[in-house]
Amino acid sequence: MKEQHETKQAEIQVNGLENITGAEAILRCLVEEGVDTIFGYPGGAIMPVYDKLLDYSDKLRHILTRHEQGAAHAAQAYAMVAGKPGVCFATSGPGATNLITGIANAYLDSVPVVFITAQVVSGLIGTDAFQETDILGVSMPVTKWNCQIKKSQDIPGTIARAFYIAKTGRPGPVLIDITKDAQVDKLLFRYKKCSYLRSYNPHLPLKKKAVESAAIMINHAEKPLILAGHGILISGAEEELRTFAEKTGIPVAVTLLGLSCFPCDHRLYAGFLGMHGNYGPNLLTNEADLIIAIGMRFDDRVTGNLKKYAKNARIIHIEIDEAEINKNVQVDLEIHSDAREALQYLIPLVSEKSYESWIREFRICDKVEFEKVIKAETKPEKGEIRMGEVVRMVSEMTAGNAIIVTDVGQNQMSAARYYKFTSPGSFITSGGMGTMGFGLPASIGAKIGNPDKQVIGFIGDGGFQMTIQELGTIMHYKIPAKIIILNNGFLGMVRQWQHMFFNRRYASTELVNPDFEIIARGYGIPAKTISARQDLKEGLQQMLDAEGPFILNIAVEKEGNVLPMVEPGASVSDVTLNYKG
Amino acid sequence: MGKQEFTISLFSEDHIGILNQITIILTRRQINIESITASESAVKGVQLLTLVVKTSPDMVRKVAKQMEKLVDVLKVFVHSSDEIIYQEIALYKVKTNGLMSGNIIDSIVRNHHARILVVSPEYTVIEKTGHRSEINDLLNHLEPYGILQFVRSGRVAVTKQVKELNAYLKEMDGADRYREENIEPYEKN
Ligand SMILES: Cc1ncc(C[n+]2csc(CCOP(=O)(O)OP(=O)(O)O)c2C)c(N)n1
Repeated sequence: MKEQHETKQAEIQVNGLENITGAEAILRCLVEEGVDTIFGYPGGAIMPVYDKLLDYSDKLRHILTRHEQGAAHAAQAYAMVAGKPGVCFATSGPGATNLITGIANAYLDSVPVVFITAQVVSGLIGTDAFQETDILGVSMPVTKWNCQIKKSQDIPGTIARAFYIAKTGRPGPVLIDITKDAQVDKLLFRYKKCSYLRSYNPHLPLKKKAVESAAIMINHAEKPLILAGHGILISGAEEELRTFAEKTGIPVAVTLLGLSCFPCDHRLYAGFLGMHGNYGPNLLTNEADLIIAIGMRFDDRVTGNLKKYAKNARIIHIEIDEAEINKNVQVDLEIHSDAREALQYLIPLVSEKSYESWIREFRICDKVEFEKVIKAETKPEKGEIRMGEVVRMVSEMTAGNAIIVTDVGQNQMSAARYYKFTSPGSFITSGGMGTMGFGLPASIGAKIGNPDKQVIGFIGDGGFQMTIQELGTIMHYKIPAKIIILNNGFLGMVRQWQHMFFNRRYASTELVNPDFEIIARGYGIPAKTISARQDLKEGLQQMLDAEGPFILNIAVEKEGNVLPMVEPGASVSDVTLNYKG
Repeated sequence: MGKQEFTISLFSEDHIGILNQITIILTRRQINIESITASESAVKGVQLLTLVVKTSPDMVRKVAKQMEKLVDVLKVFVHSSDEIIYQEIALYKVKTNGLMSGNIIDSIVRNHHARILVVSPEYTVIEKTGHRSEINDLLNHLEPYGILQFVRSGRVAVTKQVKELNAYLKEMDGADRYREENIEPYEKN
C-alpha cells in the first residue's frame, strides 16, 4: 500500500515539484511549519483534508474533540504550553461558527492559533448554500488576520503567511477558510516560510533613546513598581525580568496572565494585580512614584477606576502593540518594543539599588491580607472545605511546579491567588474573555503540549458543564490530565456579586448538579468525591499519583466569597478586605 | 474633549475586507464616518481610503493606531483640515426652465466657480468642486429653482507634508527589521 503510494507520487512530479491535491498541500504546509498536533472536528466540506490525514498519521496527530469550541480552547492551551502555534480544524457552517468563542478567547489573550475552516465549493459562495456561513465576516473582529482560499495554488503561500502573522509581534489567532474545490484541485507544491510582509512590522527597531530615558527615571525613583504581564512570557523575558528586578531591587507585581512569569516565592514578588488580586500591589499602585509596565495592557480589571489610578506615579510602558499604548492609561514614557529586547538593553543602564522601606510596605500589606483573608481561606479549622485551602494544598504537594489550568469564576481567582507558581508559563487561564468552559478542553491541550508535567485543572461545577463533553476526548486519548471540580453548587462568582451588590437575591445561580463522579466513571475516568476535610489530602494524593486521568469532585463551601476585592468602579487603593454582608 | 473634523488617509494592500475591518474599529468606538472615498494610490497595488470623521484628537489617535495595527494596512495618516488640501465634488440636476430666465444660471455658475455639464430642455446638470460649505452654498442657491437630484462625493485629500508614502514604503521594504545595526530611530509623526 505504502509503496504503491510512493510510486504514484513519483509519477506525478513536474519540474521537480510534486503535483498534489490542495488537501494534501495543507497537511504538507503544517508539517513544514513544525506542526505535529491538530485539534479538530470533521464535516462535509473538510472531508478531503481528513481523508488525507490518514496518510499523514505518522507526522500529524489529530485529536478529535467532542465540540469545535473544545478544539479551539485545547489548541490555545497547547500553544501556550508548547510555545508554538496551535492548529485547529473545523468544517464549514456550524463547525466554523462553533469555533468563534475559542477564537475570540485566543484573540483577547494574544495566543497564536492557526484555525483552518473549510468552505463550500467556490461556485456556491454567496448563495446561502448548505452549511455556508460568511466565516471571514464573522471572525473578522476576533482574528489578527483572516483569508479565504479558493484556488489550490494559493494554499502554501497563504498558510505560510498565516503562521508568520500568528506567531510574530503580538501573537494572535488567524483563520484560513479553504473552499472544498481548492482542497480537491491539484497544485505543484512548493513551500517557503514567510518572514516578511511589507504592511506588517512585528519587530520594530528598539528606540534606544527611550530606554535610556527610562533608565534615568528608574534610577531616580523612590517607590518604583514593576507591573509584569503576559508579554514577559510571550517574549521569553522571565530571566531578564528577574535580573532587572534583582539589580534594581524593584518589587514585581504580575497580572493574571503574567502569573508564573516571576517566582511567587521571590523576595521581590509583590503579588497578583486586579479585582481579586493581592492587597499590597493594588493598594500600593497608588503610592508608587514610578510604574514600569511591561507587556501588559492596563485592562480595566487591573486598573479599577481609571480616574483614581496611579495618580502619584510616572508611568513607563514597554509594549509591543502600539495600539495598547495610551489606550487606557496615559503614560509618561512609551517604549514600543518587544519586552525582552527592551529589558536586555535596559539592564546595564540601571543602577543597583534596594528599597527596603518600600518593600516593607508590601510585607505589611501581605500581613494584613494574611490575617484578614488568607489564613481563614487556606488553613480553616472548621466548616466546609474552602477553595483556597484546596489550591494551597495542591500547590504544596506539587511544589508549585505543576501546570495549572483554570476555568472562570471563583475557581480561577482562587487558583490564581493561592497557587505558588515557580516555573514560567505554568498558568493557563482565560483572561480577557473570561470564557466559562475553557478549563476542561484547555487542560487537555496543556497536557498534550507538555506530557512530562503534571497538568491540573481547577474548574467550577458551572463551567465544567459547559464543555463536559470533552471528557470523551480524555477517555478516547487517555489524556492523563487531572481535573479538580471545586463544587459549590452555585455559579459562584455570580452568586458572590449577587451577595455583595444585589442584596443576596440569588437569581438563577443555584445549580442542580448531576453526580460528577458517576459521569466521569461513565467515561471510564477514575473519579472520587470528597466532602470532608480529613479526606482532602488523601484524595489529592490519589489524584496526583494516578497514572492516567483523574477527576476529583470536591464539595466546597457553598457561599464563600473570594476576597479581597476591588469592587467595580472603585479605585485600586480602595480594596475590600472583609465583607460581612 | 471637543469633537473636531479629521481626515484619515489609510494606505493598504489591495486585500478584500479592509473596509470592513476599518468600519469595525470605528463602529466599536461609535464614530460616524462623515465621508469615505476608496481609490488607487500613486503606488501600484496600494489602495487608498480617505475617511472623514468627527471625534476628539485623543480618540482619533487611538483608532488610527488600531487601524495601522491591521496586518494589511501599510500606513495611516491623520490630519486636521488645515494640514491638507481637500476637495469634494458635487453634481446638481436642476429644472432648466426656472434657470433660463435672464442670465441667472450664468451668474450662479460663475459666482460659485461651478460649471455646466449638460443642458437639456428638462434639466441642467451643474458640477462644483470645493469644500463642503461651498457645495452647500451652491445647493442653497439652486434650491429655489427646483433641484431634481443632488449628489456629493466623499472627500479626497492630499497632504501638505513633504514626505510621501513612497518614502515610507521604501523604508519598510528596505529595513532589515531583524538586525540591530541597521536600525534607524523610528520617529512618530
Ligand atoms: C460562557 C460564560 N457565560 C457566563 C459567564 C459569566 N460568569 C462568570 S463567572 C460565572 C460563574 C461560574 O460558576 P462556576 O463555573 O460554578 O464557578 P465558580 O465561580 O463557582 O468557581 C459566570 C456565570 C462567563 N464568564 N462565561
